[in-house]
Amino acid sequence: MVRLITHNLLACHAKGCTSNNFPLKLQDVAIEVREAEFNPDFVRGFLPRLEWKALVQAARELGDTSLPEEMPEMVDDGFLKNLHHVLLEIHIDEGAMICPNCGHTYPISNGIPNMLLAEHEIG
Amino acid sequence: MSRPELVAPPEIYYGDIEAKKYTNNTRVQQIQADMTYRALELLNLPPDDPAFLLDIGCGSGLSGEILDQEGYTWVGCDIAPSMLEVALEREVEGDLFLQDIGQGFGFRPGSFDGAISISVLQWLLNAETSHPTSSPPHRLNRFFTTLHSALRNPSRAVLQFYPTSDDQIQLITSTAQKAGFGGGVIVDYPNSKKARKVFLCLFVGGGGAQQVPQGLEGDEVEDDSQARFEKRREKLKARGKNGRRKNIKDKDWILKKKELYRQRGKESVPRDSKYTGRKRKTVF
Repeated sequence: MVRLITHNLLACHAKGCTSNNFPLKLQDVAIEVREAEFNPDFVRGFLPRLEWKALVQAARELGDTSLPEEMPEMVDDGFLKNLHHVLLEIHIDEGAMICPNCGHTYPISNGIPNMLLAEHEIG
Repeated sequence: MSRPELVAPPEIYYGDIEAKKYTNNTRVQQIQADMTYRALELLNLPPDDPAFLLDIGCGSGLSGEILDQEGYTWVGCDIAPSMLEVALEREVEGDLFLQDIGQGFGFRPGSFDGAISISVLQWLLNAETSHPTSSPPHRLNRFFTTLHSALRNPSRAVLQFYPTSDDQIQLITSTAQKAGFGGGVIVDYPNSKKARKVFLCLFVGGGGAQQVPQGLEGDEVEDDSQARFEKRREKLKARGKNGRRKNIKDKDWILKKKELYRQRGKESVPRDSKYTGRKRKTVF
């Protein structure tokens, strides 16, 4: 059940992988849309924490093009609804996340990503 | 019973069977729920502000369910796949991760408004291999430094754990301080064997002006939800069949006491005889 909200916070944490380790690339994903309660305050409060470009890119990879390329100056309800849908309703069920820097693969199975590292990768 | 963290590593200890047992045990559920509410209280989040929390060692989502109820959005991580599977079955709302917290988190700086962790830290205190990265100080250090950076400034992390000794508390607090956290240990019900709970309350930022909250004192609040009639039943049992209370200081009781005194080496304990515990005649 990786949602894009968490994907947007996730960087690679392998040893020595400190730059260019975000965002993790999505591969062979299967998604599921599950409705969630819309909370405009939460979404608005979360805006400054988002890495907008990474979010739009990830959303497009998953086939959702409702978000504009640039973060809009004016935040209205329609935009928040779209953002809510992208952040909290799209669940990644299967697939993998790949670090763009070191190439470590974090497989996602049954909605749970496996973030375990091998012994030599622990920082 | 020995402590579970001494039996096997968590991902093995909480296998399919143990995970189900743990989750379906109403006593465990009750304790976990109480501790989660207490942790949220200590977290001291601004009311009516929808926060984004990290549940460290979320297990089967016993604590996550409460976060859902309270309206928080959360992310949970755990190392035991079986526990996570149970969490999936229970359909908790948060995102789940299979992660070893001793290896550190990969979250971007400032991701979370707070973190809670219920009965987890003690699992970090055992070395599983002789590799340097699996020594408790290294794992704790990695855990606290990455947690510190994943939290927003200012924010708090509340971690409940079961230490076996003061050395362990010392190790954990000093590692947390080195990682940049302020705060300290809170002990609830310090004089109760059963209800005693240790919380590590950590602050990120805040200029060191924050006070560590007080632990709860006194005996545990009588819990109405369980075993309400236990005492009454015992009282009834003490009464004999004829409804009257039986005399406590009978011959058996006296013999037992005398035996006890002899064991303790008390001097001049009278000998046992056929007169022991007999009533005197009423004399006019």
